[in-house]
Amino acid sequence: MSTSENKMGRREALKWLAGASAATALAPTALAQGATTAEVVTRSATDPNLVKPVIAWKGLLSESELKTLTALCDMILPQEDQSPSASQVGVPAFINEWVSASYPIQQADKLTIRGGLAWLNIESLRRTEKEFADLTEAEKTGICDDIAYLPKTKPEFIIGAIFFAKVRDLSATGFYTTTQGMKDLGYIGNVPLAKFDGPPPEVLKHMGLA
Amino acid sequence: MPLITNSKTRPEYDVIVVGSGAAGGMTAYALAQAGVKVLMLEAGRNYDPVTETPMFQTPKDAPLRGAPTPDKPFGFYDATIDGGWQVPGEPYTNGSGANFMWWRSRMLGGRTNHWGRISLRMGPYDFKPRSRDGLGLDWPMTYEDVAPYYDRVESLIGVYGSNEGLENTPDSSPGVLQPPPKPRGYELLIKKSCDQLKVPVIPAHIAILTRKQDYLTIPGRLHPNNPKAAAILATEMKKRMACFWATPCGRGCSIKANFQSTTVLLPPAIATGNLDIITDAMVREVTIDKTGKATGVHFIDKETRRDRHAKARIVVLAASGCESARILLNSKSSQFSHGLANSSGKVGRYLMDTVGAKVIGQIPALENCPPHNDDGASSIHTYTPWWNYQQQAAGKMNFARGYHIEFSGGRRMPMPGVFDGIEAQTGGAYGKKFKAEARRYFGSYITFAGRGEMIPNEDCYCEVDPNVLDQWGIPVLRFHWKWSDHELNQAAHMHKTFAEIIESMGGKATTPIETDGRKAIYRPGEIIHEVGTTCMGADPKSSVLNQWCQAWDVKNLFVTDGGPFVSNADKNPTLSIMALAWRSADYIMDSMKKGEI
Repeated sequence: MSTSENKMGRREALKWLAGASAATALAPTALAQGATTAEVVTRSATDPNLVKPVIAWKGLLSESELKTLTALCDMILPQEDQSPSASQVGVPAFINEWVSASYPIQQADKLTIRGGLAWLNIESLRRTEKEFADLTEAEKTGICDDIAYLPKTKPEFIIGAIFFAKVRDLSATGFYTTTQGMKDLGYIGNVPLAKFDGPPPEVLKHMGLA
Repeated sequence: MPLITNSKTRPEYDVIVVGSGAAGGMTAYALAQAGVKVLMLEAGRNYDPVTETPMFQTPKDAPLRGAPTPDKPFGFYDATIDGGWQVPGEPYTNGSGANFMWWRSRMLGGRTNHWGRISLRMGPYDFKPRSRDGLGLDWPMTYEDVAPYYDRVESLIGVYGSNEGLENTPDSSPGVLQPPPKPRGYELLIKKSCDQLKVPVIPAHIAILTRKQDYLTIPGRLHPNNPKAAAILATEMKKRMACFWATPCGRGCSIKANFQSTTVLLPPAIATGNLDIITDAMVREVTIDKTGKATGVHFIDKETRRDRHAKARIVVLAASGCESARILLNSKSSQFSHGLANSSGKVGRYLMDTVGAKVIGQIPALENCPPHNDDGASSIHTYTPWWNYQQQAAGKMNFARGYHIEFSGGRRMPMPGVFDGIEAQTGGAYGKKFKAEARRYFGSYITFAGRGEMIPNEDCYCEVDPNVLDQWGIPVLRFHWKWSDHELNQAAHMHKTFAEIIESMGGKATTPIETDGRKAIYRPGEIIHEVGTTCMGADPKSSVLNQWCQAWDVKNLFVTDGGPFVSNADKNPTLSIMALAWRSADYIMDSMKKGEI
């Protein structure tokens, strides 16, 4: 494929970047005054260190909440030949990070997720006298099918469907922003190229342009 | 050693420049290269894109996977520091019925660090809109007066694009533009449909280097009679790399491939030895002497929270349209009881933003595409310039001014929310089916964003709110706003056009198509093209500045940001701000030589 021919080797790319920095370092300007990457510190939430990000809060979800969440995330994004499961790439931990943040959107999601996790176990217990994580695949599927599609959800399951949609959106975010998730989608950017050739012939053909 | 503290400055400067973004950077560059002693005051902190830009960091490394938050409204990795729609400790207010949003950043280089790099020239019509349709205001000069400065700015900062010879979409002089990148796949698909609809799709003009700049020739051309300036520019220009087709420009660029004031304008300006910069310096007032001439500025040193005064022969405000208007309105004295340079009463008036509207379309032809790299130059490679000038002139449209279309899409790096809403298209898929649907739909969405001209009106303005101070003790701005039918009808027309394009591509809109412009239009200020609060004009009674950005009332006071704009064409303002700032700097030097100021 033409794009991979253009792809610089990692070593070459690093050299290129190093060269860019070195060129600047030869003639220090006020802009570079004294600051090195390591010295850049977070001054405030509106001025965080972008090069070495830090997550400044702890996860709130309990062990049992995480167990339920993990079971649900893996129903939404299970392991298969092409890619790992949600929990194998840390999706439950990401959702824990998300609902534990103090911003308004995340605070609202916290209510949806925590309430929903409790609801899911109550619904499981009602049906089988077991918590969701302990259900068989078929039992889990039975519940998920009832709450997976809001427009066709029965009124008694609407609360569950709103919760399920939120977990699916967040699971997709958590999954597809990882290296493994990007690979699953076939995202092959974020690498330096010597030139940009536009779409290769097989893409033009696929789009009906060739 | 360049100075960047307030303890080592000179007792007096030739020129004080307030602000370090597109306007301040350009003004300081032009003046310092000509030997003028300049003090720049920046309200935010020092910032170095070379060491601070997260170039290849992925969402996984960032809090909340880099999702937008009130602290970082454009996402964690966005270059903006201490800024966004709200700046901590620096509020603004809205009058009744207004909902203006004011984006600021508090960092060296200002908003140039994160902007979209879209660099469209205003055309001949755009300088004389009132003469054409009787609405708004004419500029006191013509496109031909400004064209040489567009050439100079484009040569200096590096802009890719092409010359298409289209109506009111000016060509650059030969050899000025860099070659545009090839269109991405979805851009070719859009062009195919737009050709049928007779809607033009041409290479965009973007301030990103597609090849290394010709540092042996350009500096000499820009500074023909100043070999020292040319040599300094050549040295700094040589340090800029061409784009390597990766990493989002909104984070800044450590290899200096895109334009930022901090990578392109300030380094050579500092290298002259003629520019000192004080950061964390919040200017609050321009001071004057008994004859009404500007003598300098008062600023708050944010670290010590003490008031300071800096002196100069000339003061240039380049703090952003609204911030410069705020400084003028807060510079009250017995001579200028309504604020400085405000005998016309026009300071703060004719505030404009750009009309914005967007629709997202899902395109089946883009589904299940073979993997390929769509990152490209981060920004748009192609766009649609306004194409209905003749229909408007013939009175066939219900709005007077044009818009352009920006397309974004492709197989770009997955970000938070990457498959939000896919529930509707997949019938609630989960499990292996969800993964298959994600593969199918990835890269099949295109966002069509319209950016249109707003006509200045009497109801859109900012003034000082007498009841509210910021944390530095400076009275804040209060905004007032009312769209006219021209903007609302234009926004509705954008939605109609986007729906037609999406339909002709065989796709479906996944966001509502609004026929009511009020539902289609973005909030005022949301496009972050604030211009027009210190309008220039030919008559001192009805304008704040003359065509050289010089205050009618105070000869040694200039405003070179978006404030002088008297119209806000659909051409994003940054390039024009720089062209006008350079033109103003030439006038300043000429006047200084003649001893007029």
